[in-house]
Amino acid sequence: MNTVTKSELIEALAAEQLHLAQRDVEYSVNAVLEKMGEALITGRRIEIRGFGSISLRYRGSRVGRNPKTGDAVTVPEKYVPHFKPGRTLRERVNQLDDNQPSESSAEN
Amino acid sequence: MTTTITKAELAATLYEEVGLNKREAKEFIELFFEKIRVALEDGQSVKLSGFGGFSIRDKSQRPGRNPKTGVEVAVSARRVVTFKASQKLKDDVAENVDVISGSLSNRSEASA
Repeated sequence: MNTVTKSELIEALAAEQLHLAQRDVEYSVNAVLEKMGEALITGRRIEIRGFGSISLRYRGSRVGRNPKTGDAVTVPEKYVPHFKPGRTLRERVNQLDDNQPSESSAEN
Repeated sequence: MTTTITKAELAATLYEEVGLNKREAKEFIELFFEKIRVALEDGQSVKLSGFGGFSIRDKSQRPGRNPKTGVEVAVSARRVVTFKASQKLKDDVAENVDVISGSLSNRSEASA
């Protein structure tokens, strides 16, 4: 499956935001991602209307195993980021099969 | 600082840190998420290094149940978006368990 990378996203944004220097687009994308990461690290959640939300889920400590040696190790309690797609994103991604002939699957 | 970060605060970051004007900042944030939506809608994955990746997963039909009535209904086949946090973000979040626990418990006390 084709993947859009951060640098491709930056290029695509720069191609449309012609009033911004490519460098500012790059700073902006990095600033947005840093801000979102920072928010999660300090226990905040992210909520982007029409896109989705990322919140933290608690995972209690557990006894796991080193898959190589089979030794038991204690995995400490932690939080993990969890994404819940928003309604618009959910619907737009899922509309393919219902409404349109699936063009993108023919490309593969 | 509120518990939830939204588009408004992300736009404020671009205004304060990058120097975009307020209109540009707002437009940029909208377009940023729209580009990701378009890619996903098109069946592509989006990988944002250092943060994480969004990808598409096709789910086949499965049996389900109406949780209220208990009546069995099929959950139709669908295409869904999944997010996988980067190892860096996962590690950073996991290392900050005490800070996060503190911030989450202060919050529930405050709202209680």
